[in-house]
Amino acid sequence: MAKKKNRAPTTALANAGPNDDIGEETRRRLYEVQVIIREAEQRAFDLFLQNLVKGTSHLSLGQEAIAAGFAVAMRPSDLSFCTYRGHAHTLARGVPIEKVLGELMQRDNGLMRGKGGSMHLTSVEHGVMGSYAIIGAHLPIACGAALRAQYKGADDVSVCFFGDGTTNIGAFHEALNFAAVWKLPVVFVCENNLYMEYTPIGEVTAVAHPAADRASAYGLERIVIDGNDADAVYRVAQTAFARARAGEGPSLIECLTYRHSGHSRADPAKYRPEGELERWKERDPIKIYRERLIQFGFEETAIAAIEANVRRMVEDATATCKAAAPPAVEILFSDVYADGGWAWRN
Amino acid sequence: MAELTYRDAVTRAIAQEMSRDPDVIFFGEDVAKPGGVFKTTVGLYEQFGPRRVRDTPISEQAILGAAMGAAMTGLKPIAEIMFSDFFAVCFDYIANEFPKSRYMSNGQLKCPLVVRTANGAGSRFGAQHSQSVENWAMMIPGLKVVAPSTPRDVIGLMAAAVRDPDPVIFFEHKSLYATKGEVPDGEIVDTLGSAKIVRPGKDATILALALMVPRALDAATRLKREHDIDCEVIDVRSLVPLDTRAILGSVARTHRVFTVEENPRLCGWGAEIVSIIADEAFYDLDGPPVRITTPHIPLPAADTLEDLVLPTPDRIVETVRRSLSA
Ligand SMILES: Cc1ncc(C[n+]2csc(CCOP(=O)(O)OP(=O)(O)O)c2C)c(N)n1
Ligand SMILES: [Mg+2]
Repeated sequence: MAKKKNRAPTTALANAGPNDDIGEETRRRLYEVQVIIREAEQRAFDLFLQNLVKGTSHLSLGQEAIAAGFAVAMRPSDLSFCTYRGHAHTLARGVPIEKVLGELMQRDNGLMRGKGGSMHLTSVEHGVMGSYAIIGAHLPIACGAALRAQYKGADDVSVCFFGDGTTNIGAFHEALNFAAVWKLPVVFVCENNLYMEYTPIGEVTAVAHPAADRASAYGLERIVIDGNDADAVYRVAQTAFARARAGEGPSLIECLTYRHSGHSRADPAKYRPEGELERWKERDPIKIYRERLIQFGFEETAIAAIEANVRRMVEDATATCKAAAPPAVEILFSDVYADGGWAWRN
Repeated sequence: MAELTYRDAVTRAIAQEMSRDPDVIFFGEDVAKPGGVFKTTVGLYEQFGPRRVRDTPISEQAILGAAMGAAMTGLKPIAEIMFSDFFAVCFDYIANEFPKSRYMSNGQLKCPLVVRTANGAGSRFGAQHSQSVENWAMMIPGLKVVAPSTPRDVIGLMAAAVRDPDPVIFFEHKSLYATKGEVPDGEIVDTLGSAKIVRPGKDATILALALMVPRALDAATRLKREHDIDCEVIDVRSLVPLDTRAILGSVARTHRVFTVEENPRLCGWGAEIVSIIADEAFYDLDGPPVRITTPHIPLPAADTLEDLVLPTPDRIVETVRRSLSA
């Protein structure tokens, strides 16, 4: 991809004709991925209400466009590093729904057979190099994966997703500086959903844009985009990936978005001002993108077929997971060490 | 055979592994062009170049996180944390990330890396640059933990650590850097998880690690000469995996056991070993196991004070003698 001078539109507008830079097949995929995330997350919530999803879970309802836009712009060799709010990014890379739901339901058919749980979804074969639940931990780790790419002359990009609250922890700043100094092919994606857990991000951050307003400290461009517009996300991802592959170093992208549900499954989100959720629901990324498809000439029946197909996938996955056994007890002691076992003594 | 310092053994060990495997890279603060604050890595930058030997910012989390990301995706990084006390600012990687990624991912993720660090007292640096923190690493499932006491073991255990598929925390003792020892020519590769009987004896077993090994040996010589007590000294070398067979075997022969630990008293490595002995070799014992440790206080800076708190040959001699004659 050509290196554009003006690489990141502050707000990208999807206003071109049907043969614009994104194209029909990619748009179909962007929509489908968003619907997969929406339906699977909604299902995870329903299963939680039935006490079938145990432990905790952090949904990305309302934030689907970010996961879809980045994942669709990635090559299979690119690597994703996610947080505990990582179901969306895992699904977006093509991990089967039943593997994700199975892990949330702590069954033997789960991605990690119940050993990791909802906060640690990992699927190396899909490039999902882990979901990390200690705030900020994975930014340096993504730097290391990018260092390997640089060292080996590989052209894959490491993409690291995190929240607005994460910009206030030391590891964020260490990683940004490290990546900038070593010009690593890593893309840092801040999903600014306005809250760090229960506290509005503005109350605890010295700048208005928690990621973008820090970019200049690391010699990086200030990038803020509409994170509820999958086209805008896809475009900014392409630009950042091209830059990384060309050896021009890291990017930091702040995507404005909003989560429709609470922080985690236990959170009723009472701290939100009245009307805020409703206003953001008008900017629901799925609604926006459905209209976009119509605008670009997609038939209503074709869109409905995508949706029906996803719903069927989620139904099938749910049935599979409900029928799945709990994890085999033998795995309790496996894979502590590389020899497959847990022996710490002879 | 050549005589080498412990310090130069570190350099030779890293060079040995970097020459052998192009996936081994090395980074840390002031390690490349400056050659390390303890001069343990002088010449590596010149030998292997700026791609493989790199100076980092003062970012301990970035150093360890980057090592992990590189290890997960195919490299074999050696990362230096200048002083082991600084583990406290990057402990997330040591406690939560390196050791748990393989397990949590059900075997999908790997983490073959080495963190090397300058550990231990004797340099009069005070409470935040002198600690022995090998017990901080020993308590975490998923890590391997080694602490060599001789130049030869530095090379052999470093080679084993770099070639090991698991995360290894490699504790170098800063008071040993200037010590010398015979080192054979050519490649040296040891195995993790093997203790070494460095002095055979029949009356008591003394278990020691790192700087405490030469002190235990010194004490054993004097115990024999001055009190006719014949001690077996075991260099534990590797806390994880732990060579319990060597330890229990020795206790079965001598019937008495002493640990010499630089850790502060509570939860030092000897406590775990003594509990294993109590569980599994209680009826081999002719007397209580005795731990000789640093008292449970922060380390003072002044030489006269620091010398009072670390186990010394005098204290070991006195403790063993009194305990055996009781
Ligand atoms: C080091 C650390 N501190 C605190 C927490 C508890 N915690 C979990 S999620 C979270 C909020 C993070 O907010 P943000 O980065 O905006 O991500 P979001 O959950 O909004 O996606 C907090 C404080 C943690 N997991 N790790
Ligand atoms: Mg947030």
